[in-house]
Amino acid sequence: MNQEPRASQGNLRRTAGRQLIYLGLASLIGFGTLMWSLASLSEGVAGSALDAIAGSVTLALSEEPPQLDSSRATDTVSGQILGHVMEGLLRYDEFNRIVPGVAERWEIGATKATFWLRDDAFWSDGSRITAHDFVFAWQTALDPQTASEYAFILYPIKNAEAINNGQLDTAALGVTALNDKTLLVRLERPVAYFNSLLVFPTYFPIKQSFYEKRQGRYGADASELLYNGPFVIEKWVHGSQLRMVRNPHYWDRNRIRLNVIDYAYITSDVNATLNLFKDGKIAIAGLNSENLDDALQRRWKLERFNEGCVGYISFNHRSGRLTRNRHLRKAMQLAMDTNELVYKVVAMPGNLPGVSFFPVWLQGVESQFRQEFPAPETQVDITQARFYLAQAKKELGLDEWRPLTFLTGDRATTNKISEYLQQEFKEKLGLDIAIDRQIFKQRLAKMSSGDFDMVLAGWCPDYADPLTFGDLFASWNKNNRGEYKNPKLDQWVRIAQNSLEPHTRMNAFSKIQKIIHLEAVILPTYETGSVYVRDPRLKGVVKRAVGMDSDYSNAYIDG
Amino acid sequence: MANSRTNKHAYVRYAVLRLIQGAITVWLIATATFFAMHNVPGDPLMDEKAVSPEIRKNLQAKYGLDRPLLEQYGIYLSNMLRGDFGISYAQENRSVNDIIREHFPVSAILGVLSIVFAALGGILFGALTAINRNRLPDIVIMFLVIMGISVPSFVFAALGQMTLVNVNAFLGVSILPVAGWGSVSHMIMPSLILGLGTMAFLTRLMRSSMLEIDNADYLRTAISKGLPPTRIFLRHQLRNAILPVITVLGPSIAAITTGGFVVELVFAIPGLGRYFVQAVQQSDYTVIMGTTVFYGAFLVFMVIVVDLLYGLVDPRVRLD
Repeated sequence: MNQEPRASQGNLRRTAGRQLIYLGLASLIGFGTLMWSLASLSEGVAGSALDAIAGSVTLALSEEPPQLDSSRATDTVSGQILGHVMEGLLRYDEFNRIVPGVAERWEIGATKATFWLRDDAFWSDGSRITAHDFVFAWQTALDPQTASEYAFILYPIKNAEAINNGQLDTAALGVTALNDKTLLVRLERPVAYFNSLLVFPTYFPIKQSFYEKRQGRYGADASELLYNGPFVIEKWVHGSQLRMVRNPHYWDRNRIRLNVIDYAYITSDVNATLNLFKDGKIAIAGLNSENLDDALQRRWKLERFNEGCVGYISFNHRSGRLTRNRHLRKAMQLAMDTNELVYKVVAMPGNLPGVSFFPVWLQGVESQFRQEFPAPETQVDITQARFYLAQAKKELGLDEWRPLTFLTGDRATTNKISEYLQQEFKEKLGLDIAIDRQIFKQRLAKMSSGDFDMVLAGWCPDYADPLTFGDLFASWNKNNRGEYKNPKLDQWVRIAQNSLEPHTRMNAFSKIQKIIHLEAVILPTYETGSVYVRDPRLKGVVKRAVGMDSDYSNAYIDG
Repeated sequence: MANSRTNKHAYVRYAVLRLIQGAITVWLIATATFFAMHNVPGDPLMDEKAVSPEIRKNLQAKYGLDRPLLEQYGIYLSNMLRGDFGISYAQENRSVNDIIREHFPVSAILGVLSIVFAALGGILFGALTAINRNRLPDIVIMFLVIMGISVPSFVFAALGQMTLVNVNAFLGVSILPVAGWGSVSHMIMPSLILGLGTMAFLTRLMRSSMLEIDNADYLRTAISKGLPPTRIFLRHQLRNAILPVITVLGPSIAAITTGGFVVELVFAIPGLGRYFVQAVQQSDYTVIMGTTVFYGAFLVFMVIVVDLLYGLVDPRVRLD
């Protein structure tokens, strides 16, 4: 007789079950081995959020820096990194004052500016920074072949615009290295805010010999960049990690208290960033409407910050557009409740209701511009709004209102705002709004070609002067996407551009502020703020509206 | 003998034919993507700040966007044939080839782990449910399978990450990192989550395939012959039931490797999927083309490999 049991339904299942357990165990072992062997192909990453002994901070970056060539960088992430590894002639200190950088002292006049470079300013290869490095950097940025999007910020320099337009050779630029240590800049016109331009990345120096050896790869990798700021990039794994360490050649190295700033995570997912913060892996995490409640429940201290940007509805002023009619725009202005929009609809701490196109943080003559020249007030007034609307209907010769096309982006907040306004204008004015939701580039394309009646737009400052907002609606400004034209406004812009006298300039800005309100050129929605949580042991992080988003060069770990 | 030689000939001819078909498919993908992309309003040179017409002209010349579309298409194809995908618009200093070379391996590692996890889990759980048909393990697992198939991966990714945060906080030590890439511990959670959907799908496939075999003649013969149960289960049931699972494995590998975008984003993993999606939002023409053609070729290739393997494994499959 055969001793082995014969197969039956019952013992077949039991045997199969046992076999499956064996197979499962074998799979687990196999899977583990596979992971170990694959892990040997990758590199390891960072430790905890703060390490007081090593003086290191670990952070997350929202995206890979697209461009670390300072002559061509345009975005905030690149600016954030460049601001730590580079330094211009001047820089901001922890109190947002402009203080000496590579230049030890300077004189800025109506037609020229002179900068005396310090003796102890070195590149990270140990060589001295000379005036030639600035001449080369500025000529490179203006060279039409470089096609730098921010070349316009150099336009106050003599001949800069003509060079950028290909009418003159780069050698004609009004910048001369009198010797290695003295830089002479001739100006196209008097520029009251020239010092605040000099902290901008496009004005950073570039060493010619190093740049040319890179053959177009300048700034593409950690080793393809020469540094002169408080930090240098030690390691850059694209899409994954960017680690900065203290620069031993930096002239003011004793001021720097952190040894390492490690951007160990690159992700735009705010929830993931907050999870990393909860897990003690990063020291700062931004919040949005999705995870604000979570942070509040944990009773974390929320940090608020005015980002310096202004959100607004831009009207299309091109001929043939209904929105060219002033009374229609005035009607919408009177019907829009920005308080409700900011506090009930967007409902994120940090934002301020839009009152003026000039945000509150801008400096006037002595104190803040908006204190010296308060914005004209708008009270919601539906009766008056309907009156204006009726007038507009008559002027336009309409029997019925056609729907207005409202072009917007595709973010969550944008959707909330546009849908709220759609409902408001329908309820209060009986106006039909058709929302045209587009992704970033498509929205830009439609904005440029004028394919909209209204568009949800935003403007962020490039430098710390009201002119960075004030000239946007000048008839010649290419960013004036609604093509608003008003000779009066143009005139005030020219005065603000060419005068050196603070009272004259600020008065001009107040006139521009008034025109924008009276004509309802645009409707400000809100001044953008941000909310974030920070490990309380990390101190001395400076946030400012202009330039770097967060400045860690004065930061330190306490305890 | 003669018969096996003609078979071999037929096999090689079939393989070559499939490769040619594959190449044509990739060319069609490239062409469709190229013209669709250029037809979408907006272009990669457009940015928040408007530039002067002169600078725009220079940028267009630099990227060859000033030429007629058909000429651009011709140049693109000839560059592509030489294996040059051009330079990214959004990251001006990086070539698309570099981007693929640096980031595809990460996606591939993640994809391989997920598919191994999905296949092993799918086969084991599928077999388990089949032998326990309509009993408790079957009901529980099949319920989870329905969840696994219907819940999208971004929900699982967020839930998985949140679980890690809570577990780490509860234990007071970080047993697994919540995000990042580099070590084994970074890989476990993302690969499990990425493989979950496929595992659920494979479980169901394996289960039905096992049940189908239950009534097969050869199984009844084996049982009545009195073969030992271990042998019956391993050699007759499991081995035959796995065949359909292998068939879908190829396309699954490609789907998992290309579909990891959300998981890569949530777990801050430097994979290619992120570039693939971001490129579309930024109208980054060269990266859109590079990643689409690369992924397209990858998918087509995986399908061909599986078909060819199938021909080897199952003698009933006729190649013609």
